[in-house]
Amino acid sequence: MVEIRVNGRQHALDLDPDTPLLWVIREHIGLTGTKYGCGIAQCGVCTVFLNGAAVRSCSTPLSAAAGGSVLTIEGLESREGRAIQAAWAELDVIQCGFCQSGQIMSATALLTQNPAPTDADIDAAMSGNICRCATYARIRSAIKQAAAALA
Amino acid sequence: MRNQITNLSRRGFLQQGLAAGAGLTLGAHLGGFSRLLEAAPAADGATAALEPNAFVRIGTDDSVTVIVKHLEMGQGTYTGLPTLVAEELDARWDQVRVEGAPADASRYNNLFWGPTQGTGGSTSMANSWQQMREAGAVARQMLIEAAAKRWQVDAQEIQVRDGQLSHASGQRASFGELAEAAAELPVPESVFVKDPKEFRLIGDATLRRKDTADKIDGSARYTQDVSLPGLLTAVVAHPPRFGARLKSFDPGPAMAIKGVEKVVQIPSGVAVLAGDFWTAKRGRDRLRLEWDESDAFKLSSDAILEHYKTLVEAPGAVAAVQGDAEAALASADKVVEGDFAVPFLAHAAMEPLNCVILPDADGVRVINGEQSQTRTQAGVAAVLGLRPEQVRIDMLYAGSSFGRRGNPKADFTSEAAEIFKAAGGKTAVKLQWTREDDTRAGWYRPLFFHRVRAGLDADGRPVAWHHRIVGQSIAVDAGMEARMVVDGVDRLSVEGAANLAYGVPNLYVDLHSPKLPVPIQWWRSVGHTHTAFAVECIIDELAAAAGRDPVDYRMELLDGHPRHQGVLKLAAEKAGWGTPLPEGRARGVAVHASFNSYVAQVAEVRVRGKAFRVDRVVIAVDCGMAVNPDVIKAQMEGGMGYGLAAALVSSLTLKDGRVEQSNFHDYQVLRMDQMPEVEVHIVPSAEAPTGVGEPATPVIAPAVANALAAATGQRLRTLPLKLA
Repeated sequence: MVEIRVNGRQHALDLDPDTPLLWVIREHIGLTGTKYGCGIAQCGVCTVFLNGAAVRSCSTPLSAAAGGSVLTIEGLESREGRAIQAAWAELDVIQCGFCQSGQIMSATALLTQNPAPTDADIDAAMSGNICRCATYARIRSAIKQAAAALA
Repeated sequence: MRNQITNLSRRGFLQQGLAAGAGLTLGAHLGGFSRLLEAAPAADGATAALEPNAFVRIGTDDSVTVIVKHLEMGQGTYTGLPTLVAEELDARWDQVRVEGAPADASRYNNLFWGPTQGTGGSTSMANSWQQMREAGAVARQMLIEAAAKRWQVDAQEIQVRDGQLSHASGQRASFGELAEAAAELPVPESVFVKDPKEFRLIGDATLRRKDTADKIDGSARYTQDVSLPGLLTAVVAHPPRFGARLKSFDPGPAMAIKGVEKVVQIPSGVAVLAGDFWTAKRGRDRLRLEWDESDAFKLSSDAILEHYKTLVEAPGAVAAVQGDAEAALASADKVVEGDFAVPFLAHAAMEPLNCVILPDADGVRVINGEQSQTRTQAGVAAVLGLRPEQVRIDMLYAGSSFGRRGNPKADFTSEAAEIFKAAGGKTAVKLQWTREDDTRAGWYRPLFFHRVRAGLDADGRPVAWHHRIVGQSIAVDAGMEARMVVDGVDRLSVEGAANLAYGVPNLYVDLHSPKLPVPIQWWRSVGHTHTAFAVECIIDELAAAAGRDPVDYRMELLDGHPRHQGVLKLAAEKAGWGTPLPEGRARGVAVHASFNSYVAQVAEVRVRGKAFRVDRVVIAVDCGMAVNPDVIKAQMEGGMGYGLAAALVSSLTLKDGRVEQSNFHDYQVLRMDQMPEVEVHIVPSAEAPTGVGEPATPVIAPAVANALAAATGQRLRTLPLKLA
């Protein structure tokens, strides 16, 4: 039995500890906002917070999260997260939307650590998140807009 | 000023819509799948009071639900089509809701594709433009009639604005208040649609997308997210090479994994089914499989290209001819010649392919981000021995597609049906491909090779253009020869080349369509992905050979093509064409028409040694009337970005028949740090709207190649672009 806290709720799971956190969240806890895109930490659509840090849940075994606290897009409530979502809405960043939970989690992690990111900071923090619709220009603008709103 | 529509085809539409409307009630439509979804948003509880046609439903709660017949895969159909309805209805944008249409080609066919329901070819807005406006106008007219009757006033005196009807007498009512009364009235034989001067929503750049809210909080539903009682997830082992056949397999090691329920053989491989993805995938990975590869395809991309280089020496099927290109080349003052090569490309949509299928009262139900309802219905029905209409389809969002989900053979939806059948046909099955499956299972943009020879006269004007194209035929492989192949020429292979816009008196374009067992498919902007590259690079070389400015030279040769000229001029102006740039930077330009839209792009590159970066791209587009300017901008930004990936990094290669790439570490795509600053300018137009999903994609590779030539003198003619 592995215990984890997800979005503030405690879960006890009788699963193989090697099961990727992604599939635990999606199929055993039922939170599907976090997506599967590559399975090898190359695309970022599975990004969640584990104990406050952004991780690729597809490549994080459940055992690594045991006793830990996980935050997914559904539980995003921080000041930075709200500002990011508001900017995403104002600029209509999304297209197909499939990568956007991951983009928003990565962008929130960036703003939480760095309230005034430069273009180079944004490149460094966001280049692990692929968007095949190439919404990158709007993502960049929305991060800057959220940073300005929080300043 | 409103324009009355009374023609017969319109009446036909109304009758059809009315007849169909009777069968589509709110209860029937939401009664099945939506209730099964554990977290489906609660239905509003309101009755669908007014439902005059297949596209609009007005509830007593004042909701206006627009039924959208086209897949929302990011391109904005769930915003664009409702804009048309809301405009003619004079609805408030915030009262408009969106619902994906069920599979029913009798009501929801693509009007450009005859009796076929599906999304593609950048046709969603263009084919719906009149249909959806009429759908809104009909509902509006019925609400007006209901109000006139209730208030005992002349219908002509009633105003409709922002979801409210009003009369000078002080009477007011909302849509919801009038919906039931309106539903009692006959559907009008003719309606008025607005004069464009009256548009309030169409053309409003501040209108926000309908799918933003649920795509930023994780609640948007994709096929990957479907969860049903008893659902089994299937992961499939596909052949290692195209054409390999399964000789034998041992399900033992897979079945030994706790949670694996079934292992079944299907025509395309072996599927492992379990209650969850991870267990099914572990089972799939443990399968012991033996393949017969004696007939399998074993060529490498290099060998295919070498073969194409021999084909290009001989004449092919003639796609366009005017004057005598060979004679004009022989007597030309200067000849410019170029060989162009582009690789296979995977679509690499963000959501790996998947499809849910489950038993239904009268057949089966498919749940899918469905791009090609009619093909999926036919494919699934053929596998299961059903009639196509026994295959219901519930529409979800697709995590993009770029053409892949509209497969010509319904490959993955039919595979889901095969698994469903092999597993007994009683259990809901979700087929889920891994990224590796998605990359390696084929259906690529074909590898193409082009040779262009062009001759200039002493004044630098082109007098001859000889263009030979070699590559697999998508239309032939798709079984669409009757519609798309004329005299041996697949128009999907020569579009953008055979219809050269530049004025050249002696023109010759021909085509070789070699057959290969590598499955191929339309990939965002299809033939234009390679024809625009060849044409726009050669025209740039001609300008250089003539000692002319590339923009001026194009403008002159595009005489008689004002829309090409319009976007070219606008992009050049906005990009500051001709103004000096710092050392190591240069601009390149390209202009191309596709899907009845016109796009010009100016790319600005920065070069350091063999490395380069695209810093800025200025785009001008003429897509007729701009219904949703901000969605158009987004499609220009994203369509350019999709093409930029192919220009810079994407390449799928075969080695002895095996696909060398498998996932995003080796099949590279565009990332944030490679995305240029991008500016989009829309040419004002009163023409009917045309496509925006694809037209930006093919323009960027030649624009960047031309910028690199300006910066370095190197003419790169192979994608992805690499400086020597």
